[in-house]
Amino acid sequence: MSTLASAGFWEFVGVVAGIYTILALGLQLQFGFAGLLNFGQVAFMAIGAYTMAILVVKEGWSTWLAAPLGVAAAAVGGLVLGLPTLRLRSDYFAIVTIAFSEIVRYVAMNEDALTGGSQGTIALGPVGQAAQYNGQWAQFQHRMQAWLGLPSADATMLVIVWLAALALLASAWAVLRTPWGRVLRSIREDEDAAASLGKNAFAYKLQALALGAALAGVAGLFYAWQFSYFSPDDFAPLLTFFAWMIVLLGGLGRVFAVPVGAVVFGFIFAGTRFLGFAPFSWFASDQRAYLRLIIIGLVILALVVLRPQGLLGKREEMVLE
Amino acid sequence: MFSQLVVNGLVTGSVYAIAAVGVSLVYGILRLVNFAYGDMMAFGALVAYGCNGPLHQSMVVAALAGMAATALLALALDVALWKPLRARRAGFMSLFLASIGLALVLRQALLLAAGPQPEAYRVDPYRVFVIGSVRLSEAQTIAVATAAAAIVVVALFLARTTAGRVLRAMADDRTLAAVAGIDVARATRLAWAISGLLAGLAGVLAGLVEYSFTPDFGFQLLLPVFAAVVLGGIGSAYGALAGGLALGLAEELSTWSGFAGGVDPVYKPVVAFVLLALALLLRPQGLFGRARVA
Repeated sequence: MSTLASAGFWEFVGVVAGIYTILALGLQLQFGFAGLLNFGQVAFMAIGAYTMAILVVKEGWSTWLAAPLGVAAAAVGGLVLGLPTLRLRSDYFAIVTIAFSEIVRYVAMNEDALTGGSQGTIALGPVGQAAQYNGQWAQFQHRMQAWLGLPSADATMLVIVWLAALALLASAWAVLRTPWGRVLRSIREDEDAAASLGKNAFAYKLQALALGAALAGVAGLFYAWQFSYFSPDDFAPLLTFFAWMIVLLGGLGRVFAVPVGAVVFGFIFAGTRFLGFAPFSWFASDQRAYLRLIIIGLVILALVVLRPQGLLGKREEMVLE
Repeated sequence: MFSQLVVNGLVTGSVYAIAAVGVSLVYGILRLVNFAYGDMMAFGALVAYGCNGPLHQSMVVAALAGMAATALLALALDVALWKPLRARRAGFMSLFLASIGLALVLRQALLLAAGPQPEAYRVDPYRVFVIGSVRLSEAQTIAVATAAAAIVVVALFLARTTAGRVLRAMADDRTLAAVAGIDVARATRLAWAISGLLAGLAGVLAGLVEYSFTPDFGFQLLLPVFAAVVLGGIGSAYGALAGGLALGLAEELSTWSGFAGGVDPVYKPVVAFVLLALALLLRPQGLFGRARVA
């Protein structure tokens, strides 16, 4: 029970919810506004995180130069995925995107010389030396903590991540109100109608995919900085499904529904740790980890069956089809 | 070396082929890309393990029990989940997401029930059959013989029986089939039952071929199976058979040293995806699928 009351634990949950917000915002852009069934979102997160870490450790770059390059690499990943596949039927596209994310994970797992392989980022440097990529970030976080007068590193991260998330949400909201955003939505509603008005639907979808991928790249950076170590296993398809659940929970086609979904998801995910009453108390703690994912799966099912527009979604604007 | 790889490829390929037909049949009728199929395979494999290991049944009895249990699971899920979604006229997106949720629930429930440790069927891993330059373990031999028989049975069922024709007609054009007097509800149940039987069989065979397996091994099988389905033209049962065999062969043969030095075996799964991507670029309707008019 002590953990439940501790501020530190909930700060941590808040940080993770902030990172998921950024990841899921990318998905909202791709699916909620452009209608793209991207099931490989986690791959772009991996590309962002790995690009940053590799440039810092192997090339000795400054974090502040490597980070934007990580985001750019994720966006390029979106272009590379989209160029050949966006013309596919939506069901094929969904399968190919999952396959893409698994290819990225496989490469990260097996190209030891580039990524450290299954040992993760700790093996990025020379053999026998534990590599570290977040020295500069830790310094920055430390200075921020002193400047803001916050009690812990997690509390500082909480502020930084949510400031970034809110800035990105606001930008996304603004961008989607421009003519560009309206065309994007019109393509989601009726691609042929948009095309008949001379809009290049393919280009718009490609831009939405790359932009959403860049957002996943940003989420990857924060993930890397928060945990100061990661391995290919951190980017399993499960994370993409979490992001989908957040978008669904919040509501489709609404930018500010994403943080709501992420926070609710964070509470479900972390809160189920404390199910100390029957029937949950019948299970050992390692078994409760399975139970937690069963609950997540059941929530996805319940949403799809009972409330396809999400908690805050507008039924008139967009329902899952 | 080459002939060994061909045989290995046929062994993996026949497991993919059986599973791919199961996925394809349901897609053909319900337009459902069933993400939970890998975990249904794992369910069948585990039920069979329960019969074969703790209950000391023969492999044949165990496999039949696994198949029957998976078919029942598929039918139960149809009543509990897919039927209500159909009644709401849920589209591709809802169905796909629901199957992802279901996959999570199934996989974690299997882990909860069976534990994370690997299980193995009671077959002798050291008994090897040698035919010319080809070596096959006992498990591989059982798997390839069963799979070959199953593939013939499935192909004959689809081609020769009324039920098989009904399923293919529904996959072709659901509305037209209904107009022609086909009982859609019955055909749907039939598709689920057969899809479940095939999932159970493919799961048991995959468990045999891999020698030991964990309750979450279904997901690793799922993506190559999807690749096989797409390769064969989604919804086409014959295409799925051919796609599965082609994919298994391609995965194994890509490691052949005579082929540009061979691909590192760790990248076998990636070969499947690269092939899938190439096939989609060249023939978006699948190798054996027909081009659709928008």
